[in-house]
Amino acid sequence: MNKLPGICTLLVVFSVLVGETCAQVTFERLLNASNEPQNWFTYSGDYAGRRFSTLDQVNKANVHSLTAKWVYQTAATGKFETTPLVADGILYATGQDDRAFALDARTGRPIWLFQHPLPSDIRPCCGRVNRGLAILGDKVFLGTLDAHVIALDAKTGNVMWDVVAVDYKEGYSFTLSPLAVKNEVILGVSGGEYGIRGFIDAYDAETGQRKWRFYTVPGPGEPGHDTWEADSWKIGGAPAWNTGVYDPGTNQLFWPTGNPSPSNRGEGRAGDNLYSNSLLALDADTGKLNWYFQFTKHDEHDWDATQVPIMIDSGDKHLVAQANRNGFFYVLDRTTGKLLSANPYGRTTWSDTKDAEGRPVANDQSSPTPEGRTVCPGALGATNWMSPSFDSRTGLFYVTAREQCDIFSTAPQLYDVGHAYYGSAYFPSDKAEPYWGALRAIDPASGEVKWEFRHLSPTWSGVLSTAGGLLFTGDAEGNFIALDAASGKPLWHFQMGGAVYASPMAFAIDGKQYVAIAAGSSLYAFGLP
Amino acid sequence: MLGVLALAAFLICSARAEETHNPLSADPKAAKAGEFEFRINCAFCHGLAARGGGRGPDLTRAHKRHGDSDADLFQNISQGIPGTVMPANGTNGQGVGMTDDEIWQIIAYLRSVQVQAPTKPVGNAAHGQELFYGDANCSSCHMVEGKGGRLGPDLTTVGTARTVESLVESVRTPSKRLAWGLTESTKEFAQEYETVTVVTPDGHEIKGVTLNEDQFSLQMMDTAEHIHLFEKDKLRSMHKSRDSLMPVYNPTILSDQDLNDIVAFLLSVATK
Repeated sequence: MNKLPGICTLLVVFSVLVGETCAQVTFERLLNASNEPQNWFTYSGDYAGRRFSTLDQVNKANVHSLTAKWVYQTAATGKFETTPLVADGILYATGQDDRAFALDARTGRPIWLFQHPLPSDIRPCCGRVNRGLAILGDKVFLGTLDAHVIALDAKTGNVMWDVVAVDYKEGYSFTLSPLAVKNEVILGVSGGEYGIRGFIDAYDAETGQRKWRFYTVPGPGEPGHDTWEADSWKIGGAPAWNTGVYDPGTNQLFWPTGNPSPSNRGEGRAGDNLYSNSLLALDADTGKLNWYFQFTKHDEHDWDATQVPIMIDSGDKHLVAQANRNGFFYVLDRTTGKLLSANPYGRTTWSDTKDAEGRPVANDQSSPTPEGRTVCPGALGATNWMSPSFDSRTGLFYVTAREQCDIFSTAPQLYDVGHAYYGSAYFPSDKAEPYWGALRAIDPASGEVKWEFRHLSPTWSGVLSTAGGLLFTGDAEGNFIALDAASGKPLWHFQMGGAVYASPMAFAIDGKQYVAIAAGSSLYAFGLP
Repeated sequence: MLGVLALAAFLICSARAEETHNPLSADPKAAKAGEFEFRINCAFCHGLAARGGGRGPDLTRAHKRHGDSDADLFQNISQGIPGTVMPANGTNGQGVGMTDDEIWQIIAYLRSVQVQAPTKPVGNAAHGQELFYGDANCSSCHMVEGKGGRLGPDLTTVGTARTVESLVESVRTPSKRLAWGLTESTKEFAQEYETVTVVTPDGHEIKGVTLNEDQFSLQMMDTAEHIHLFEKDKLRSMHKSRDSLMPVYNPTILSDQDLNDIVAFLLSVATK
């Protein structure tokens, strides 16, 4: 068995010559993904969450000639949020309504298509979306809107196993790209709009057997349970609907969690509401909690902390950084979970002071009222699930920021199983300027925003950085844009004809670099002529 | 057996969705439950109390342009209204999508706040029409039923799409609130009528309204209704403003009574 990676590597080299592929994507290959820049094995491109490609064929000097190489259409409606994976010339991605597909990454021609049959009464909060697959061994893994976890044969799309994580009728679903680690597939659940009890699960990649579950809302007798009023923990939310990162050095997952339920009404759930809006350090083998850091205590603004965290090593410092939905950029020591800095990267009106640990705390003017109060950032946050990127060469952390203030109003609402449970509504403020957005470059050392590239309106596109000195991002008006990673100057753009709700990625085949992104209902791949 | 069950379930669901009258109309709790659903799903455009916002019409009026019956309302909420920014249930990026029962609850709520006998417009619609196409000069920029100018919004349906208060506000203080584009998830093509002034590569200054734009291009109409298409980086300059091109009609230019007459005209057209 130990020789398999070596054989596989040889096969990869061979495959480049003869155009054949090696289907086995071992954990060792995932660990050493940077040695195979032609592949994109995980949602964020590496375990550190950097969404950085070491490919440099497309660079500042030639990006002006970038052109569309192929387009794949899902023939589905709704937001298309996938980040494709690429392994040895085959691209694997998901589409709306729990589609999954494999394409010839050179031409965009389909190899197989799969669609999970969904019941008619699923209740996804925010569209029938999915953000991508995980790959391990000879399988790819899909989390579905009816809370199934499915392993598909990477060569055929056949179902290898299909397990039900939880009853979707209670408001649970999966929308994230799972993370494959060792022989496990790890997923966090969605449903913070339905009064669920959130969790993170690990499944045996071979059998589908659940290996561990970490409830993000502690039960009776567990530490943190006393941060919930009465029985509010049972419907406390704290979903974990975006993909976390993995630190092989300490065998820990760093997984972010979302809002407490109901999202905009704190009455009835007095306390900090652990582990909502937190970063969790979990043992990858057992799911045991090593440490946690809660960004927003007792949240009343739906400021999920589910943004992808990025592990950054600086000298002997092992850090993890997150541009949080609440408008602050946090840097933590990932060994201890201790907060090192928290600085605003967008307009924030909810916090004027910090606690003894340096954590921004809410002021008394931010809590929603029945009449409504204007607070910045707005209900969709200063950023959201779109991926950030970190380029160690520029030393900058890139994030898609939203400038939006909203009126938050609250209303008592009874919990009803599987029904929307917000306790509130939000509206754009009449007095506020129209929403806008920006790609911002943050220096993690100082927390300072070094530059911004202003978007006409807020975008749901994430950011890719590359060794070509480039950033790639999309906008709400359908443009795919390349920028100088050092200055933010736009260098190239292409109008794709549909708004972007996805994060870009890069891969190579036959020695040619591609950059891919979903827009509208199509997946685009760009390359040099 | 499964097939039979599935068919039965389908028939039940279909029957439910095709009700012509609200099955919850006799349920006193339905309107209250509907108020919560309304706040979550609808108030973003239609306002907290359903009296209309800057985007969506006042729903407390008995007359609704796209149908007043329970079945019409159900259809409009669940499927959206093509050609408008009214989205289908669950697709607007606000709220989570509603069950059939929740839609009926919203309809029960709307009935509970509906003004049964709206006060008649105080104005004289016939005189308002004369002013609109005549002395008040509205039609030089605005079209009603295919007649008039193109620089400003077509006002054929504005009488039901906006509250009287917002119509008056738009005439007295046109720049206070330009037609505001929706949040991007529901913004299919939401022209905001921003004023734009560009200087072309050959030095011509052109003023007008934006038809659309993105980061790199601009589509605009000048005050003579010519369409211009520009790549922004080729322009010598471009300046956008939310000061409307529409002149301020203060009471010395347009009396309150004349304004009421014009509003009455717009209401009469919209409720035809």
